[in-house]
Amino acid sequence: MPVKSKPVVTLSMPSDREVVITAVLDAPRHLVFEAATTPEHVKRWWGPRRTTLTVCEIDLRPGGAWRYVMRDNETGREDGFSGVYREITPPERLVYTEGWEGLPGHDYLVTATMEEKDGKTTLTSRLQYKSVEDRDGHVNSGMEGGMRETYDRLGEHLAAIA
Amino acid sequence: MSSDQLSVTFAALADPTRRAILARVAQGEATVMELAGPFKLKLPTVSKHLKVLRQAGLVTQGRQAQWRPCRLEPAPLKDVADWVENYRENWEERMGQLDDYLQVLKAEEKKHARKK
Repeated sequence: MPVKSKPVVTLSMPSDREVVITAVLDAPRHLVFEAATTPEHVKRWWGPRRTTLTVCEIDLRPGGAWRYVMRDNETGREDGFSGVYREITPPERLVYTEGWEGLPGHDYLVTATMEEKDGKTTLTSRLQYKSVEDRDGHVNSGMEGGMRETYDRLGEHLAAIA
Repeated sequence: MSSDQLSVTFAALADPTRRAILARVAQGEATVMELAGPFKLKLPTVSKHLKVLRQAGLVTQGRQAQWRPCRLEPAPLKDVADWVENYRENWEERMGQLDDYLQVLKAEEKKHARKK
């Protein structure tokens, strides 16, 4: 694997029901689009480090469904995520719904746009929620994930210095 | 910080008038009269919004003087900022994994291009 890079990620909340995340990735946008829409590629990067995608189905056409099942390698817990593609414009735009199957009815709309400049791609993901509660709930679950990851790293570090 | 406290802060922030009031007191203390002015609000309306902000711990009101100046309390805002920052870091990790994998794809593409 190449040296672990950390792309610059910014986050904003332009309204009560939206979150916008931008990331500058070191690759042309046709690769970014491919990496996000092809199961063999999605399996290689989607989800936290300690997880594996046991199901990765993508029916890439407007109205087509997608579904991922993410397994936590440590606990064996499985979580399903799924949605429907609304717009597919390679290599610059992808619109789809996304939801955690553990909480049906709280799906949100994702509009991903890819802009390329000097071989780098700015990936902008606009998440539109049905309510402010949905947004805050999702950000909260993301935070828990982040916390878990932090504890994992702390654990690794402690093991290394022990 | 409990997530309940965050919910209270978010509920307080979920109103454009209250955010405008916070923006105003962020520039310095202001009386209820001063707050009512630019928003063309009635005093009871301002008082109602202030009550929500006070309960969320975002604003305190002085006890001295009858006009009781309002002051910003930044601590809950910092909690919200920390919370959002944690979520951002989570995305940073996801995007980091994507970026790592893109380097693999880029290398493969170059290899294929050379073969052609």
